[in-house]
Amino acid sequence: MNEPLKTHTARMELIQVRNLKKYYTIRGGFFQRIKSCGKAVDNVSFDIFDGETLGLVGESGCGKTTIGRTMLRLIEPTGGEVYYEGNNIFNLSGGALQAIRRNMQIIFQDPFSSLDPRMPVGESIMEGMRINRIGTRKEQFDMMIDVLRKVGLEDYHARRYPHEFSGGQRQRIGIARALALRPRFIICDEPVSALDVSIQSQVLNILKDLQEEYGLTYLFIAHNLSVVEHISDRVAVMYLGKIVELAHRAELFYNPLHPYTQALLSAIPIPDPAVKRKRITLKGDVPSLFNPPKGCRFHPRCPFAKDQCLVEAPPYREVQKGHFAACWLNE
Amino acid sequence: MKIQNEQPVLTVRNLKTHFFTEDGVVKAVDGVDFDLYPGEILGLVGESGCGKSVTSLSILRLVGVPGKIVDGEIWFEGKNLLSLTENEMVAMRGNRMSMIFQQPQTSLNPVYKIGDQVAEVFTIHKNLPKKEAWDKAVELLHLVGIPDAEKKAHAFPHEMSGGQAQRVMIAMALALNPTLLIADEPTTALDVTIQAQIMDLILELREKMGTSVILITHDLGVIAEMADRVAVMYAGQIVEQATVQELFARPHHPYTKGLMGSIPVLGKVTRRLEVIPGSVPNLINLPQGCRFSPRCKARIEQSLEICLHENPMLVETGSNHLCRCWLYDGQMKSAGDLMEANHE
Repeated sequence: MNEPLKTHTARMELIQVRNLKKYYTIRGGFFQRIKSCGKAVDNVSFDIFDGETLGLVGESGCGKTTIGRTMLRLIEPTGGEVYYEGNNIFNLSGGALQAIRRNMQIIFQDPFSSLDPRMPVGESIMEGMRINRIGTRKEQFDMMIDVLRKVGLEDYHARRYPHEFSGGQRQRIGIARALALRPRFIICDEPVSALDVSIQSQVLNILKDLQEEYGLTYLFIAHNLSVVEHISDRVAVMYLGKIVELAHRAELFYNPLHPYTQALLSAIPIPDPAVKRKRITLKGDVPSLFNPPKGCRFHPRCPFAKDQCLVEAPPYREVQKGHFAACWLNE
Repeated sequence: MKIQNEQPVLTVRNLKTHFFTEDGVVKAVDGVDFDLYPGEILGLVGESGCGKSVTSLSILRLVGVPGKIVDGEIWFEGKNLLSLTENEMVAMRGNRMSMIFQQPQTSLNPVYKIGDQVAEVFTIHKNLPKKEAWDKAVELLHLVGIPDAEKKAHAFPHEMSGGQAQRVMIAMALALNPTLLIADEPTTALDVTIQAQIMDLILELREKMGTSVILITHDLGVIAEMADRVAVMYAGQIVEQATVQELFARPHHPYTKGLMGSIPVLGKVTRRLEVIPGSVPNLINLPQGCRFSPRCKARIEQSLEICLHENPMLVETGSNHLCRCWLYDGQMKSAGDLMEANHE
């Protein structure tokens, strides 16, 4: 780590998420009454600073993808606010919303299903510019060629169809598509988890280069902690719809305060047989969102659970400067 | 490590499995050799399409049309599996050798109770009466760490989580104490905390039952924590093979080195990751010479000509260390001399 620790105090928050909630309900029985309610995102607040990468990790079903999609209003939230440069996205509609959305783009996990199979990729990339009426047809075309080159593809690729590309190339097209509108903020939703390792590193390097060149801000959603550590400035850890810990990358990986983060870190296999670690193996499975445990949601699997954890959920607060956690052990 | 002096459990020689498609012959496995010793975990690593799964399906003779094993020998318990009849092979599978798959939930039959599915192994192979087989199944479910096994045996696959379903698969696979277990990406579909549980379980059962395991994965971390020896595959062939300590301490093949450099490692943050340029070759139109040569940085740096014309052999390059690369081939010098002599 040669880079200096970035000081966030002086930097502007580009995105502020406040008390974000997204509940899913299951209806059934007489009069389709609500039978149960799954809190996929339950009262989550965090900031993303201009120019940084915030990593968001957690296991499947913890709500990380739902957070990303509600932030763009691809899914309507149940409650809470998301501010982009001080404007609450949830209060906007029509032209004002479209103008803000230009600045907020997303890259999806599956490069095989996120491109229109009947559209040449050049058209796919220009689609956003056309919808937003940016520039003339000629300018759109030049811009498209420019972003294609930026992600390491050739001009002639523009005329080809998605099925002619490999997974890694398709993911580059997905990046080009997000980049074409010159956004300031990109949500990367598991952008490399469908790729082979040798291709994964190519895509991660492109994302880093683009961030440097354009000063992009990323929310990087992934389940692979090694990838998140590599790319992020700060990291948030989610468990069952709640953020349990958030800190600067180095702080989180060397001084994890939440037992879930500690277990998650110790569960990752290290590609070095010389390293022998004591693994904290968590018992049991992740509970269902529709029937979360009372008190702290992690307590049935937590090696340090005490009486208080069974009845009362711990507050999520700044335990040390810039280091947030929700655990009774730190209270 | 207790290997080397013992007789191998499984010997694979010059295995070739090709798929005869409309577009041409896909050489998915093209000349694979390895040995598996008693109680050992051999890791097979490589990227998608390198032939690691087809290798394991070939050992069980489960390759379907248009695939065909076109050459080679697979020796297991004194028999060449490729010369057995289908009936003899059926008796072998599930009994002496078994397999667990990547997607545990799709590998289980959705309309049968899991207890029945595990018990089936005993009724088919051991002719046990139903009640006795059920009791044995419950005992096994308990052994693989399913909580409340008596009750859970009555559950259907959709009522189980991915981790639990994989435990059921492991119970089925190990029911008759087979000599050989093939685990094809057993933890890839699982979350990390569940992956850790399943890895611990496989290691523990190997210790208890002495099963030899072929562990197929693309995750070098899983390999480092579980395998005794490792074979790295690329485009249908093994390109490097060594003990796990040796491979990670001294990787020889440029592909192995590239793979290790391209994964982010927890706790070791670098500015940039190494990149292997290009992508995996098309198995119908393989590059001439060494199959890795179009992507090989070492070839370009050292401007090796031979790599483009001739595929190197898998040769011994250290103790318990095999590598398929002209850089490490003793013959290269002489071959190089020969080329120079021809020039003169």
